[in-house]
Amino acid sequence: MAPENGATAGGDPGRDGQGFGTGEITTDVVIIGAGPVGLFAVFELGLLDIKCHVVDILGKVGGQCAELYPEKPIYDIPGLPVVTGQELTDRLMEQIKPFGATFHLGERVDALERLPDGRFALSTDIGSRFNTRVVVIAAGGGSFTPKRPPLDGIEAFEGQSVHYSVRRMEDLRGKDVLIVGGGDSALDWTLNLAPLANSLTLLHRRDEFRGAPHSVERMRALVGEGKVRLMIGQVTALDGVGGQLSAVTIKTKDGDEHVPVTALLPFFGLTMKLGPIASWGLNLDENLIPADTAKFETSEPGIFAIGDINTYPGKLKLILSGFHEAALMAQQAHRYVHPGKKLLFQYTTSSSNLQKKLGVR
Amino acid sequence: MAKITFVQPDGSQQTVEAKPGMTVMEAAKLNDVAGIEAECGGACACATCHIYVDAAWRDKTGKPAEMEEDMLDFAFDVREESRLCCQIKVTDALEGLTIRVPAKQF
Ligand SMILES: Cc1cc2nc3c(=O)[nH]c(=O)nc-3n(C[C@H](O)[C@H](O)[C@H](O)COP(=O)(O)OP(=O)(O)OC[C@H]3O[C@@H](n4cnc5c(N)ncnc54)[C@H](O)[C@@H]3O)c2cc1C
Ligand code: FES
Repeated sequence: MAPENGATAGGDPGRDGQGFGTGEITTDVVIIGAGPVGLFAVFELGLLDIKCHVVDILGKVGGQCAELYPEKPIYDIPGLPVVTGQELTDRLMEQIKPFGATFHLGERVDALERLPDGRFALSTDIGSRFNTRVVVIAAGGGSFTPKRPPLDGIEAFEGQSVHYSVRRMEDLRGKDVLIVGGGDSALDWTLNLAPLANSLTLLHRRDEFRGAPHSVERMRALVGEGKVRLMIGQVTALDGVGGQLSAVTIKTKDGDEHVPVTALLPFFGLTMKLGPIASWGLNLDENLIPADTAKFETSEPGIFAIGDINTYPGKLKLILSGFHEAALMAQQAHRYVHPGKKLLFQYTTSSSNLQKKLGVR
Repeated sequence: MAKITFVQPDGSQQTVEAKPGMTVMEAAKLNDVAGIEAECGGACACATCHIYVDAAWRDKTGKPAEMEEDMLDFAFDVREESRLCCQIKVTDALEGLTIRVPAKQF
């Protein structure tokens, strides 16, 4: 199911950053992370008449389930004897549909600060700004970030001549481009950049590609026309000064080759890194956020932490634990969002009020 | 039981006992073998359990399936002898298996 999308989302791996931020949005709750736990939080908050905005750096919803194991089975979701990561994501999206949350995908929440009136200001890497009463951090293992090949000295070239995503194609015009990888990102950028680059080499460890068959075909055609050089091997060393790459060493089965390269684009998928959350002034315990087990609130009143990102005695990093945490979080969030309003404990089975909200009555 | 020896890049060795039915990755984690991260817990979804299988053993450990080949694309310094050790099931036939741990996981 396609989520409502607040920004242009990138493809595999992650994002290509062509989105534009939305202006300032005033809301009750911002949920950081659209993993299974962030999604279920929309449901629990929705039952209590609380509207949410959900932000995720991935171009899709579902967090680890959708990005890391969409086709693999999960056996410990109560009531679903077996469900794949993607199916669980799709079912959660169906379940939360009545609550009309707004999704901002392909955006990373970079800053979070408390305002003088006790509310919170959040901003994203592409300039969306939120003014919210409550913040729910459902950030899992952190932001999905492109994997950095463990090559000596690569950091020095990043941003200038090593790029993990393409912000502006024009920046690569006239460069000697080396693209590494065998998936859709590597293939798509090979096709897009071949006309612009001075030279373009696609390097993969084997002569088989995971990407879409028609992209593979088009790539092979460009290779046939001599517009793209396809190499089978791996980068082992980088050469250059002052952040500017000049050549790389490529190990092939016929030995090492020194190839002139002025722009390197490695596409090795995504990994999770805590990212900006570390600088929000929250207590952290080995990159996790301690939360109390009655409300799942952090050391900062009004900021909650649920799912894989939190820690407390006995914590289990399981989806079902995150669902429970979301339910208790919502009770306390209600006190902030609707102060003075009494909360009645109700069952979805029997409450006509809840059923109206769910659109089943 | 099968004895499996893990050789680190610096040459140091550690031999562990593995029960048939478990994976080589599980045997490594249970014995705290260095250099095997296995972030995804054996789901063939992370490539941080990358190892090299000595030539003499490659018939017995078998070849990577397509899913494992795809995931090996995300490993570093992949070679002929590369495997993801969460995809190797321990059997009695693996008694004496030698595995080399790479210098770096991604
Ligand atoms: C291979 C594998 C198999 C698994 N099998 C099971 C299983 O069988 N049963 C089970 O219960 N669990 C399983 N898990 C664990 C389960 O997937 C996690 O517990 C679950 O995904 C946690 O959900 P979450 O919503 O807390 O976080 P995540 O799913 O990690 O989602 C967090 C999201 O937050 C985003 N994010 C973080 N920081 C920011 C930021 N600053 N700005 C914007 N977005 C941000 C991330 O990009 C991510 O999409 C498995 C995990 C893996 C990898
Ligand atoms: S443990 Fe993740 S691929 Fe083997």
